[in-house]
Amino acid sequence: MTVIRGSVAQLSFVDFSRFLKEGKLALEVGSLVIRCRSIMPSVAKSIYTLYKHHPFQISPDFADFYVEVKAPANLRRWYRPQAEFLVDGERPFEPLPKDQAPALFEWGINWMVAASCHFWFTIHAASLERNGQVLILPAPPGSGKSTLCAALAFNGWRLFSDELTLLDIENIEAQACARPINLKNESIDIIRRFVTDAEWSPEVFDTLKGRVTHLAPPIDSVMKMRERAFPRWVVFPKYVADAEPSLTLRSKPQSCIDLAENALNYSILGETGFNLVTRLIDHCDCYDFIYSRLEDALLTFEQLAESEQLTRNGF
Amino acid sequence: MACSLNTSLLLDVIQFPGNLRNLPLDSWDKLLRLARASNLIGRIAESVHDQNMLAFLPSKVRPHIIAARILSLHQRQAIQWEIRHLDDALRKLDIPKVLLKGAAYTINDLDAARGRLYGDVDLLVPRSHLAKAEAALMLKGWSVGNIDAYDQRYYRQWMHEIPPMIHCQRGSALDLHHNILPLTALNSPNIDLFFQNAIPSRVSGFAVLAHEDMVLHSAIHFFYESELRNGLRDLIDLNFLINQFLKEDQNFWTLLAERAYITGLSWPLLLAMSMLIDMLEMKIPENVYDNVKKAAKLDVLSGVLLPKIYLQALQSSHPLDNNFISAMSRFAIYIRGHYLRMPVKLLFPHLARKAVGRLIKANNRKK
Repeated sequence: MTVIRGSVAQLSFVDFSRFLKEGKLALEVGSLVIRCRSIMPSVAKSIYTLYKHHPFQISPDFADFYVEVKAPANLRRWYRPQAEFLVDGERPFEPLPKDQAPALFEWGINWMVAASCHFWFTIHAASLERNGQVLILPAPPGSGKSTLCAALAFNGWRLFSDELTLLDIENIEAQACARPINLKNESIDIIRRFVTDAEWSPEVFDTLKGRVTHLAPPIDSVMKMRERAFPRWVVFPKYVADAEPSLTLRSKPQSCIDLAENALNYSILGETGFNLVTRLIDHCDCYDFIYSRLEDALLTFEQLAESEQLTRNGF
Repeated sequence: MACSLNTSLLLDVIQFPGNLRNLPLDSWDKLLRLARASNLIGRIAESVHDQNMLAFLPSKVRPHIIAARILSLHQRQAIQWEIRHLDDALRKLDIPKVLLKGAAYTINDLDAARGRLYGDVDLLVPRSHLAKAEAALMLKGWSVGNIDAYDQRYYRQWMHEIPPMIHCQRGSALDLHHNILPLTALNSPNIDLFFQNAIPSRVSGFAVLAHEDMVLHSAIHFFYESELRNGLRDLIDLNFLINQFLKEDQNFWTLLAERAYITGLSWPLLLAMSMLIDMLEMKIPENVYDNVKKAAKLDVLSGVLLPKIYLQALQSSHPLDNNFISAMSRFAIYIRGHYLRMPVKLLFPHLARKAVGRLIKANNRKK
């Protein structure tokens, strides 16, 4: 079969939906090729919107994973309809109500990467690049990591990932995947005001996480998703209402422990995992960052990146 | 080979890893998917490692093999770590403690353990000491999870194991058995025979089943399961176990057949042998096969149909290989697996209750 390639937006929605329905569509996401299948219109619409700049292939010889979002083959197809996520024909978690099907696609891919891609050191953290250097934002819940990540991604930083930071286990180089950004509850409204020219998937209510939606990654971060870069900063952000911005150095041993706690395959990698964390922390400056306004955050991180640039240029 | 093209590709490269060389990219695509779905990807990764082939793999394939080997080595280490914790919890109990299946293969470093992926640790203790063992484990952090009264009763009254115990910190799962077959099963064997023949493992305090019993247990496990999700992996286990024991003792087939006769387990052995012949082209001495067949006393219909049904169902349930006949066969085995474990009088109320329970549970989650 001849291989058709291009970016998703070059396909008409009708053709796109047909390829998706027939399971022929393979999305290129970072260095992964993900073959997708779904007959659900809501899933087709969401992927078409969120991945419009991503390259695709039709029925390639090799795909890293085969995923599907579909109605379960039981009564729940009709009675209080549900959707389930399948990877290689296997269902890793329980089905969700049908209206969450588009979000399920994203969460399913997160699970798949965390469960199978041990050629990466996978950290539950956002990562972004500027001037060839990577900022890692590990994520204790409620830290406002995704909000901060969305703001930075549309203001001078290149999005690597909002959920899963991927480091090569050989040399700790960070790998971009430029996937949609997951936002919850009030963060959605804040970013809607802050980033006016972005594409969104429809909001879903009443999930375990509350109200959720996904924001399409900026086009530039998708175009450059194969350009890797080395980590330079590890910053633990914390949103505190009405706080003035404060960026303070934090202890490296403590950062090692906190980072390991956020690493998803730390114990699976064993000794390699331990060595990776220590190498990463050796390599990076570590900070705590407290903020309440996104404008302050942008300024702080810009100063961090530019002062580094000046030092590097010998000023 | 009596199986689909894709399943036979998987079985072929596991038996003859040299055939992984020069495999075209589209075959790798299918192989990795099937191997992942049948829990055999770790085995493929071990073969690649043994043959020093990593550098020669297509660049798209290499990372997946690296990841699979990392995972299987981790699981192997995790099982050994878990056994140390078990020893710590149970050392003071002077009772037979027999590790089963994956944990047994790992602890004695059998070929069958290489690249194997595990779900849990299985431990067999005499029924008379079950409560003591459970209490000792609870003191060290294991507990039976949050399951309803019906499921508690299902396990404790009818099954050969208590509900799975989960460790509160490590999250690891332990299946504590007091028999190798459910109490309600047809032909439930006398478990004392298995305790009597158990042999010491490489870790003091723990035993493993005698070689013949280990094979019989693997065969039983295979045919009493209602879901053949790990069917291909179990078949590969049998293959590695038998081949290794044959190397150590040329008479192994005869010993195995005799032991099956004594324990009343000739019929699962017979079915296992026919699967091994059909799917892996294993060579089994004719007189052994005939003796086991005679002892199995399967009626004519079962003797013809059962091997065919299992053969169909064993095609990986992966969408690549799934078809109507294998799906129907799998359904037949679901019913049969339950039927073997429970008399009909108990079985139908049980399945009905499970079906309704699933609907109710799903609703509650929605609220």
